[in-house]
Amino acid sequence: MSSTRMLAFGRQAGLALGLPAVLVAVWWVASAGSANFYFPPLQTIARMFVEVWVSPRIFDDVLPSLARLAAGYFAAAALGLLIGIPIGLSRGLRNLTEPVLEFLRAIPPPALVPILILFAGIGDTMKTLVIVSGCIWPVLLNTVEGVRGRDEVLEEVAQSYRIGALARLWHFIIPSASPQMFTGLRQALSIGIILMVISEMFAASNGLGFAIIQFERSFAVPEMWTGIILLGLIGILLSLLFRLAERRILRWYHGLRQSQRSDG
Amino acid sequence: MDASATPSPRAAAMLEVAGLHKVYAGAGRTVEAIRAVTFTVKAGALVCIVGPSGAGKTTLLKCIAGLLPPSGGKVVLDGEAVAGPPPAMAVVFQEYGRSLFPWMSVWANVELPLKQKRLPAARRRALVDDALAAVDLTEAHGAYPWQLSGGMQQRVAIARAVAYEPQVLLMDEPFAAVDAQTRADLEDLIRRLWQRLKVTVLFVTHDIDEAVYLGERVLILSHAPTVIMEDVAIDLPGERSQLETRSLPRFGELRKHVYAQIQLAKQGWRPPGERKT
Repeated sequence: MSSTRMLAFGRQAGLALGLPAVLVAVWWVASAGSANFYFPPLQTIARMFVEVWVSPRIFDDVLPSLARLAAGYFAAAALGLLIGIPIGLSRGLRNLTEPVLEFLRAIPPPALVPILILFAGIGDTMKTLVIVSGCIWPVLLNTVEGVRGRDEVLEEVAQSYRIGALARLWHFIIPSASPQMFTGLRQALSIGIILMVISEMFAASNGLGFAIIQFERSFAVPEMWTGIILLGLIGILLSLLFRLAERRILRWYHGLRQSQRSDG
Repeated sequence: MDASATPSPRAAAMLEVAGLHKVYAGAGRTVEAIRAVTFTVKAGALVCIVGPSGAGKTTLLKCIAGLLPPSGGKVVLDGEAVAGPPPAMAVVFQEYGRSLFPWMSVWANVELPLKQKRLPAARRRALVDDALAAVDLTEAHGAYPWQLSGGMQQRVAIARAVAYEPQVLLMDEPFAAVDAQTRADLEDLIRRLWQRLKVTVLFVTHDIDEAVYLGERVLILSHAPTVIMEDVAIDLPGERSQLETRSLPRFGELRKHVYAQIQLAKQGWRPPGERKT
């Protein structure tokens, strides 16, 4: 049993890593000996990657970016849940806020940068606020939907067993909305990474986005490519971490789904 | 039953339903679900409510449980009018797959209402252990509900109700969605628990055999707007068994009688003297 599972795991890993490996190989071979200034050989980029990023740049550019991303992402998550839960619970509040939320959500967050600069200057606060302004919507709207869609039978169970308001929130409303909350949080994560880079391209003195723009302006093309690759790698790493956390927290949900599927 | 058992001091009415009336008011349309339902249940009784589909059984039960406000009339539990779910009442719902919290273990599901009652941990532990043992699920305490079969899930829901130590146990077609054999086992489980715990049970079902087999009394409901068609005393021996009881001639007679009444109800029977609607 366990050897077949190992085999299945191996096949899955092979499938997941196979295409990236092929693409990297194709890039490597096709770009070898490239004389095009804008598309240097992958070999050069790879050599440069270590040189550029295994350096004080980790502290000067990578960590500040990640810190702003974390601050903005978690603030947006907290706000989204905090505002979303009451809206999901109350139909009146939903009718009242829906048009406003739809309008605010439709504004592309980068368009807010000039305004945010006016209020918050060009420092970390502004960049964090840009991230918050984009990440909050998927969390908020999915939380509203998740809370709204809670099961009415469970609602009656909670009522008939006289589960108090706080326990109802903690043991019923939040867990039952959590699968949708995680959907929102996952969308927010990719939006957050995009906004992290964009906010650093406007008015910044450090960060990944700033570094990439700097390399581009100084015609350090291989270095610029390494920055883009690093962004991709960070994106993959964060989404893997996210999946791990989700698997753990929503173990019951995946199990429930699977048991429903096998029931037909 | 044990003849030496002392009668409860409140042997009168544990549950009293008087002139219960329920109208659903929708947008520009009102639906009268329950016209007037009146009955009393003595402490320690097991009463089944049976009616055709569309008899407003669930509506009636929800009004009694304090989950729906009635439009008129009243429900009195042990001398106190019901306004909202009373602490001395536990409900077992029909949809077992939706009435347990899927993110909690079996144990936590049974324990949660007890935490709300602010019982000390040792007492909670004893109650949950006893309740799970009573439904023969001691082994499953760490499992999630969705890892169990339908019948087992409904047993967890029964254990949760039993651990709550209610005076009145309401059951809303609890076995409608399980297979026939499991259903027979669960029926016997309910009889055993009822005899052991001396709890008052109100059992709603659409299954005539189930009502006659389980109850000491069967209330037959009319089609909506609901009234009580008949209050049938079930004079079968107290010790019931699927094999023996169901093959008694008296069981057949009672079953036939209730069946005939349900047929009448389906055909739109109305109480004598009621004006046509």
